[in-house]
Amino acid sequence: MEPIIRMTDIEKHFGSVIALAGVTIDFFPGECHCLLGDNGAGKSTFIKTMSGVHKPTKGEIIFEGEQMHFEDPRESIKAGIATVYQDLAMIPLMSVSRNFFMGNEPIKRRLGLPFFDHELANEVTMNEMRAMGIQLRGPDQAVGTLSGGERQTVAIARAVHFGAKVLILDEPTSALGVRQTANVLATVDKVRKQGIAVVFITHNVRHAMAVGDRFTVLNRGKTFGTATRGEVTPEELQDLMAGGQELATLEGSLGGTV
Amino acid sequence: MTDASNRDERIKETSSLRRAMIRPELGGIVGNIAVFTFFLLFAYDSGMFSSQGVLNWSVVSAQFMIIAVGACLLMIAGEFDLSVGSMIGFAGMMIAIFGVTLAWPMWIAILTTFVICVALGAVNGFIVVRTGLPSFIVTLATLFILRGFTIFIPQTLERKTIIGGIRETAEGDWLGAVFGGKILKGFFAWLGDIGVISVFESGTRAGQPVVDGVPMLIVWAIGLVVVGHVVLTRTRFGNWIFAAGGDAQAARYVGVPVERVKILMFMFTAFCATVFAVCQVMEFGSAGADRGLLKEFEAIIAVVIGGALLTGGYGSVIGAALGALIFGVVQQGLFFAGVESSLFRVFLGVILLLAVILNTYIRRLITGER
Repeated sequence: MEPIIRMTDIEKHFGSVIALAGVTIDFFPGECHCLLGDNGAGKSTFIKTMSGVHKPTKGEIIFEGEQMHFEDPRESIKAGIATVYQDLAMIPLMSVSRNFFMGNEPIKRRLGLPFFDHELANEVTMNEMRAMGIQLRGPDQAVGTLSGGERQTVAIARAVHFGAKVLILDEPTSALGVRQTANVLATVDKVRKQGIAVVFITHNVRHAMAVGDRFTVLNRGKTFGTATRGEVTPEELQDLMAGGQELATLEGSLGGTV
Repeated sequence: MTDASNRDERIKETSSLRRAMIRPELGGIVGNIAVFTFFLLFAYDSGMFSSQGVLNWSVVSAQFMIIAVGACLLMIAGEFDLSVGSMIGFAGMMIAIFGVTLAWPMWIAILTTFVICVALGAVNGFIVVRTGLPSFIVTLATLFILRGFTIFIPQTLERKTIIGGIRETAEGDWLGAVFGGKILKGFFAWLGDIGVISVFESGTRAGQPVVDGVPMLIVWAIGLVVVGHVVLTRTRFGNWIFAAGGDAQAARYVGVPVERVKILMFMFTAFCATVFAVCQVMEFGSAGADRGLLKEFEAIIAVVIGGALLTGGYGSVIGAALGALIFGVVQQGLFFAGVESSLFRVFLGVILLLAVILNTYIRRLITGER
């Protein structure tokens, strides 16, 4: 299978700081690729080069067989790389439907004038939410009334609806409770089955093991290679994330609970 | 997965009453019912509800509405404009300078004033967007700058701060009539003939109705309210206004041109202030350097009574118009009822406080915060 996006030897320097020191990862359609790493490992910098926020200092991005040079996030979104950030980009006071179509409002013409097509927007929103397993009271329900997990799901559904081929999820489960996490992971599974490449950033190995097809651990701007499901144990991933021995001693004192 | 299994059993069904509660217009509707009930009970005989009385408070309400529409859309977009009052004075003075002092044709004077004032609105917006400073501070500066020029320019040119003679200059001018004229004159004459409204009993205008038409000021107010409401709720741009005020960063993530939306709203607010000013100078026939004092705050209060949140992202043009109507009715109603007019200020303060408390409560209902 051809990778949909191939990041080759990506380096990113911020002044004298080397945030990424040559990272190579392939992402495949229909797979959930987990990107693991501790804070400061370079996960965020890496996905921001993918989504056009940062330009890589060195290295190339091949998307659907073509080399890309994203100038800003708009270009990568247009190409089909969508990112759902931790802070979600949802507006609590606005309705789910208005949020869903924010920036992509459907238009119908009346007397030659362009109007927001609320009927269409409401219908699509209700359908998409139902498909994701969220029951809305109505499309005019404010996003503020949704739980954190439901908001994540709305954001994911929105990205998928507007044609994402690569969906980057930046720590989607880090602020959620157990049940909400399960819902978001189920959503990731649904999205993957639609043939979308999911890039799942997390530092929680259990969440990664639950949905991941491939696992890449970043540490201090480098990767230790990519493992596929079944090749690697959670303990090995945990060790790689912490950079080996340090965690062994840490884990000893905590009785292996980390 | 069935629908039932997904329903969160902890979310209570909301009653239709509760849903009706979480409308931004609620405060305005309740307030209007209260105000009209009050004056119908206590001031019915004062002439407040005769044709002249209705015209009187309608005109005052319409003035409030015109500036409230602009302030409303701007507040929903997340910004304030404190320079509205100064802009009113400034715009009126510009028309007088161009039309009377420089003796330009009135329509050129009016159009030039619109261009200057809307450009000043754009400058307000540009500075706010570019510097990231609170619009409160930026437009507070504009408030003083414009007021200063409004006094300085006529004093320098004419050695006075009130310039008259505008009505004479505007006589027969097509654009002057768009702001200072009246419509439906035939209809009102007919109403007078059949005895529905009162007519002059003697004098040169005997037999003509006392109220001989609907002032263009009211037409402008209704027009701006309708256009503002439709744009806000029924267009893509309206969604961007909500988004820009709700969370500018989130809006930018999905490609909403937040800066452009905000600058356009500052321009629209300036446009509304200029409409107010033109109607006012056409009605009075003069421009004064002290015109429009405190109007910015009255506009903001009307908007808040109308249910908009001071923090942006939520509100209603219809609500703001209802807030303006409360103002007009109370301000003039107190006069008709023979109550000391300074109490209007007391009323403003009290109702503002009540409205803000109600809005905060409603926001909690919407977002489910506790």
